[in-house]
Amino acid sequence: MAGTGEGKKEEADYKRLHSFPLIRHTDMPEEMRVETMELCVTACEKFATNNESAAKMIKESMDKKFGSSWHVVIGEGFGFEVTHEVKNLLYMFFGGSLAVCVWKCS
Amino acid sequence: EDDFGDYGWEERTHGKLTKPADQLDLTEAELKEEVTRILTAENPHAPQNIVRYSFKEGAFKLTSVVDQLAVHFVLDGCLIHQDSDEARRLAANGGEDEDAGEDDRPDSVASKTNEQEPKCTNQFNFIERASQTLNNALRDRSCQTVPPPRCNYSATATQWEIYDAYTEELQKQEMKKDKQRAFQIKKDGDQNKKKILNETPNDDITPMAMPVTLLERMVNQNTCNDIAQDFKYFEDAADEYREQEGTLLPLWKFQYDKAKWMCVTALCWNEKYPDLFGVALGSYDFSKQGRGMLLFYTLKNSTFPEYIFPTGSGALSLDIHKRNSYLVAAGFYDGCVCVYNLKKKGPEPEYKSNAKTGKHTDPVWQVRWQNDDMDNKHNFYSVSSDGRVVSWTLIKNELVFSDTIRLTVADPDVGGTCFDFHKQTDSLFVVGTEEGKIHKCSKNYSSQFLETYAAHNMAVDAVKWNPYHPKVFISCSSDWTIKIWDHTVNTPMFTFELNAPVADVAWAPHSSTSFAAVTTEGLVHVFDLSINKYQAICQQPVVAKNKTKLTHIEFNPVHPIIIVGDDRGSVISLKLSPNLRKKPKGKKGQELPEGPEVETAKMEKLLNLLRDSEQSSVK
Repeated sequence: MAGTGEGKKEEADYKRLHSFPLIRHTDMPEEMRVETMELCVTACEKFATNNESAAKMIKESMDKKFGSSWHVVIGEGFGFEVTHEVKNLLYMFFGGSLAVCVWKCS
Repeated sequence: EDDFGDYGWEERTHGKLTKPADQLDLTEAELKEEVTRILTAENPHAPQNIVRYSFKEGAFKLTSVVDQLAVHFVLDGCLIHQDSDEARRLAANGGEDEDAGEDDRPDSVASKTNEQEPKCTNQFNFIERASQTLNNALRDRSCQTVPPPRCNYSATATQWEIYDAYTEELQKQEMKKDKQRAFQIKKDGDQNKKKILNETPNDDITPMAMPVTLLERMVNQNTCNDIAQDFKYFEDAADEYREQEGTLLPLWKFQYDKAKWMCVTALCWNEKYPDLFGVALGSYDFSKQGRGMLLFYTLKNSTFPEYIFPTGSGALSLDIHKRNSYLVAAGFYDGCVCVYNLKKKGPEPEYKSNAKTGKHTDPVWQVRWQNDDMDNKHNFYSVSSDGRVVSWTLIKNELVFSDTIRLTVADPDVGGTCFDFHKQTDSLFVVGTEEGKIHKCSKNYSSQFLETYAAHNMAVDAVKWNPYHPKVFISCSSDWTIKIWDHTVNTPMFTFELNAPVADVAWAPHSSTSFAAVTTEGLVHVFDLSINKYQAICQQPVVAKNKTKLTHIEFNPVHPIIIVGDDRGSVISLKLSPNLRKKPKGKKGQELPEGPEVETAKMEKLLNLLRDSEQSSVK
């Protein structure tokens, strides 16, 4: 019993500690990066249970803000190899289990 | 029958009867015997025993009906009967076939189709004609831009990778915190050591100084917004209904807690930054001498001084250099003169006179910067109760002195209290003394006075040359009077009695005929001789009458405000109402000339009036 209790606590701890957005890779300029990151966080929090809607929201917002042809992938597990325009890629983790990849390629 | 006949004939012609080989040999009798034969329609060769399998009965059955016909010879002929159907049909077809046969040629098909649809055109005026215009030559043009640079990126997102990334990041953060903590502990340790060494906690906020100053000014601007508005925009509307009198509007009050018990002993505006002024604090009470202080306030921040220089002895005089506004000369009760540099940090003066370098032996009542000398060295003058007027020159890191004049030449006990240098003639200056005389001196003659005026009955508190008119200076004294002099005449041109000791007087920078004075009773008097030659156009108490004395007054060189200092260490700024800075009225539509010449002329006119009246009274 004690063991499971500890495990739960650890898990909660992990969830709490790992909830911040962690940028894994990006070549965006500072301002754009911050804005994109905030947008991703907002979208993922707004559509916590629906990655598709979140991705859609991010894509549409990015298209509006930074011009068209943005692509967004959100998921808990995926692999990718993408071609992107230089200075237009952001790959980040969020909420401990989500990976978000945002890039621009027309 | 014919055929048989032919056949018989041929055999006969051969002459002999040929017998078949198998012919029976019969006797005559047998030949003659009559054999009766009945001919039937039955074929003797037809088989009588044909059986067929009957599926119905499941057994072979004898077929009873047998074909009895035997055909021996068949020949189809080419002739047909004339009356038969076929002959008639052939006869009918044959006639048509003969016609068709003549037309049957290869081109017959084409001719037949042409004939089928003849074209209908207007047969009267139909002309068929066509032409083709020249088409412009087609041309292709294209260019290709460089596409925005691209690159590839690939990664894999899995739960364990995300977990690892987060763990790594957290560890990094932890490390950073640890480092900071270690650094802080180290710092603390250092500080502790320092504390042990000199017991002064290091609360250095220099990196924050600039933003904090800004913020302080912003807060002050907010809290004193109404005063700032008054300073900039308020004009006393009541002045229009008064004839000559004006009023003073109190603006900011500058106070500093540590200087509360001290007395303002000098005021000086900064010429370069007209919102900045210096205050010297000390004591005029000779039984209560102590520490002094130099403070620099700005109008932008009335709550706290910009610069603070605590001094060991009471400061009695102060002057800010006109061009190098960071240089401040100060004179002290103990006879020292110092030069402070506002650019340098720390409370210590940059230059200080000492006993070796000819310091005064009595309080220094006034210091005044002069134009740089021929070697471009900064220099200033000081006057003291010990009767010397000394010139100080800043050379490298020391003050070099030279006595300009000794007031003791005439009387060994006399001490100077104030002086002022002529605005145009550099060498000319007047010195006020403790006994009430004013001497006109020159820097060039150290042993004698050019002139001596028996001006006052008590110590002269201030002498000031008029900023416009080269001959006129003003003096005030504790004997309640202000006197205006033409330095070529040894009697005063004007005398005003203010019914209280006059602590200070100052010419207004905007007019040659306007000046202001403060009395120890707490009144500010503003005069404009061009408006009223006999009375002040403004007399206003600015502090509580019995408690506080006013000690000094200065006009701001740019803005229409004055500052007055009192003996409780505070400085009050006051705005002159429109009547107090009124220009003389011209005739309607007439442009009023402006400038120093006009101001000089204005003063000259006044003086002439006086001279005339004097002459007439003499006559």
